[in-house]
Amino acid sequence: MNRHISEQFDAELEQVRLLMMEMGGLVTRQVEASVQAFVSHDSAGAAEVLGNEQEVNRLELVIDDQCVRTIALRQPAARDLRFLVSIMKAGTDLERAGDETARIAKLTDKVSSLSLAADDYTDLRRMGALVSSMLRESLDAFARMSTGVAHEVIAADAEVDSLYSQVESALSDHALCQPIEIERAFPAVWVARSLERIGDHAKNIGEHLIYLIDGTDVRHSSPPSA
Amino acid sequence: MSEQKAIAFQTSPAMAPAEEICLEVDNLSLAYGEVQALTNICLDIAKRSVTAFIGPSGCGKSSLLRCFNRLNDLIDDAKIKGEIRLGGKSIYAPDAEVSELRRRVGMVFQQPNPFPKSIADNVAYGLKLHGALPQSEIDDRIEESLRRAALWDEVRDRLGESALELSGGQQQRLVIARAIAVEPDVLLLDEPASALDPISTLRIEELIQQLKARYTVVIVTHNMQQAARVSDYTAFLYLGELIEYGVTQAMFTNPQDQRTEDYITGRYG
Repeated sequence: MNRHISEQFDAELEQVRLLMMEMGGLVTRQVEASVQAFVSHDSAGAAEVLGNEQEVNRLELVIDDQCVRTIALRQPAARDLRFLVSIMKAGTDLERAGDETARIAKLTDKVSSLSLAADDYTDLRRMGALVSSMLRESLDAFARMSTGVAHEVIAADAEVDSLYSQVESALSDHALCQPIEIERAFPAVWVARSLERIGDHAKNIGEHLIYLIDGTDVRHSSPPSA
Repeated sequence: MSEQKAIAFQTSPAMAPAEEICLEVDNLSLAYGEVQALTNICLDIAKRSVTAFIGPSGCGKSSLLRCFNRLNDLIDDAKIKGEIRLGGKSIYAPDAEVSELRRRVGMVFQQPNPFPKSIADNVAYGLKLHGALPQSEIDDRIEESLRRAALWDEVRDRLGESALELSGGQQQRLVIARAIAVEPDVLLLDEPASALDPISTLRIEELIQQLKARYTVVIVTHNMQQAARVSDYTAFLYLGELIEYGVTQAMFTNPQDQRTEDYITGRYG
């Protein structure tokens, strides 16, 4: 992008971009840490995730405030306007993804007293790895302004959805066969549900980036055929 | 159809070929002596809509506006090629009547320019110029024009006072009333609010929105936010060429040409 006549304006845009990257990095770590805490019944790890949640929320407020200020003072148009709108929307998605990590952390205490084998959570670990990778990729797409990477993130969401269905039905079957397992199985279903939603938020971030770069709104459109 | 027209239609579902066209600019070029002001401009202006011309100083937007009522005829070394049609008829045809054209295509300039006459006489001036009407009808037209220009309530009790006693914003609305008193088809506004304070500017912008119900409005403005607020279509000119023309909302959120993008985001020059 060419330089703006006002260097201060460019500096303001760069500042919100860096804030979003900082927030995105934190949320990605939160996803990894919350899943790790849940599958290893690590209460201390879960408490740390809950503690960091405040920082995620704070960053959302700072980004919103900065974007609103820039819109009010600079009346941006075209790509600058799309940039600020996309950053604000991505900030909302990151904050909601952060909320999901807090949910996962809270569920940790519900299972930590139960005796579990580590390999019971293989699918959850896979889902966690996949959605944190999607989040990282969506931020990378923002950093490189790459619609190609954004499209890959959007496509990956189908895999998360399918994994979620798989986990949900496996855990439900397991609980039905062994009712005594319900207490153990259902928190895991909720974790899978949260991870599925985080995948949706990563997908949304990819869509916001496509809007920023191409000006086309690809939300609620059917995925491209393979 | 020219490339420029194609851009407008592509980005303008509302401006489909079925939409009634008021003004057609066909391959128009204008030179002042050796200086080329406009080059091969092609665009259609939709009837009863607001079309804004934007672009940096010297891009030709005011020159283009002045072609619509042949104001450039007054400049000795101005040479025009191409054609402009109003309601399908060439305004540069040998048999075209310039005074009738200027009745049909009114113009308002940057600086309010009321005549040193009463408020009522300012509005009636064009009516008297274009033919004798009974005084009762003139009075009706004065009131109607002042109402349409959103000035009636402020001046109804002092129609006999000098127009020069009005504020700048009121004077500009009076000039608009004077222009619409002769029932034009088109109103050309050349930076109509740039000499006004912010409140008067908003009144003029509000008025433009009302005027398009009856008239085709073409506005030149340096204020891009104003163009975005008041116009339905926007044309971006640069160095005498039409770079992009389309639906205003699309132009300001997702322009198709990099030069338009650079200009409206302040990355020009």
